[in-house]
Amino acid sequence: MSSDLITMDDLTNDEILELLEQASSLLPVARGESYLPLLQGKVLGNMFFEPSTRTRMSFETAMKRLGGGVVNLGALASSSVAKGETLYDTMRMVDGYCDVAALRHPRQGAAQYAADACEIPILNAGDGSGHHPTQTLLDLFTIMQAHGRLDLNVLMVGDLRYGRTVHSLSHALARFGATLTFVAPHALGMPGEIVKHLKEDGANVTESEDMLGNLPAADVIYMTRIQKERFPDEDEYRKVAGIYKLSRADLGKVKESMILMHPLPRVDEINPDVDGTSHAHYFEQAFNGVVTRMALLCRVLGVEVKT
Amino acid sequence: MTEMRRVTAICNGTVIDHVPAGHALKVLRMLRITGVQSSPVSLVMNVPSSKYGAKDIIKVEDRELTQDELDRLGLIAPHASVAIIRNYSVAEKREVELQNEMVNVARCTYSNCISLADREPLPHRMKVIDSEPLQLCCHYCGRSQDMDSVIENLI
Repeated sequence: MSSDLITMDDLTNDEILELLEQASSLLPVARGESYLPLLQGKVLGNMFFEPSTRTRMSFETAMKRLGGGVVNLGALASSSVAKGETLYDTMRMVDGYCDVAALRHPRQGAAQYAADACEIPILNAGDGSGHHPTQTLLDLFTIMQAHGRLDLNVLMVGDLRYGRTVHSLSHALARFGATLTFVAPHALGMPGEIVKHLKEDGANVTESEDMLGNLPAADVIYMTRIQKERFPDEDEYRKVAGIYKLSRADLGKVKESMILMHPLPRVDEINPDVDGTSHAHYFEQAFNGVVTRMALLCRVLGVEVKT
Repeated sequence: MTEMRRVTAICNGTVIDHVPAGHALKVLRMLRITGVQSSPVSLVMNVPSSKYGAKDIIKVEDRELTQDELDRLGLIAPHASVAIIRNYSVAEKREVELQNEMVNVARCTYSNCISLADREPLPHRMKVIDSEPLQLCCHYCGRSQDMDSVIENLI
């Protein structure tokens, strides 16, 4: 792979599987059961121009579990960004301070732009409604951990139009032979361009507005939040908010091995009464963000992880 | 009707032939020929062409367009043929070459692309995905570009 991770296209299938294997071997370190300072002396720049909880914290945790340091952009209001600094200037500065940077930005293409501006590896932590490849890695890891393979029936539900996690994940799963079913209200369907590319790549793709009817065949159900912040106005948001909700009562006919995932935060898509079932994997999924980002940080910084 | 020259021969400059019919004004815009320069510019539109049925022709006097300038035309006139004229004779023939990437030719058509943010200094970059028909995508955001919109977004 190149030293940057902008989209999943920067990784071959073999490289993805190798990363997942390395992540697996780092599980005891991620849990704090052993200490492995592979990245001692290295500094990660956590550049979050948009709110983030899990991605930012798991990058920071990953770096610290491996003995490295982290510097944060901090609140935008108190940074030079509020004074009108360009992304280019901010990233050139970080290029001098850090060995690697994770970047989240509201504008699509920001990660590639930053990669062009910097010498250090840039890890895309979400760019507008574009890509979120490190989320994809932890999603793939979670599926692999539960099923041992990726060529499965995967049902994606919710905001598929603006949800960058499902854009990246669907591309990656298609490469591993998964069958994809997209369930979304018409206004929030998977962008036509993405569906077209997936089909051109030979993926088996079905689109529907019916969630309940598609539950029984699924090996993986990937719920997403309708993202209020991506809507141009409140009225449009209200039309579709809360349209898909899963509760324990809906899971009667699902496969026993089915895992339920969600990139979090959730609002009301998954009722808390599902949390106690064997299907609920979203908190484990969130934890897996640490271990996959540990493996990725080692890789882009040229540090070998023994599997 | 006898054949007559619609535009006279030029002494020095550049002749761009086989421009797709009706596109001459866009070509001038791409070459940043606005008409305020002092050199004469002639153009004919929708004249018969044995190759393409109809075509436009542009003659720019006292200015030799560079290969870099001409390559910008790959976006709308990839089959244009270009002659550099010196002392009423064709001194050089040039072809428009479609590059793998077009730098600072057009802005991305996706309004939320980082390349459209205020004062960002890196160049606008379009990758050529396919040449027939021409398909472009933004180097930064990766979005496929609607060609009609790209023409509106020329730099």
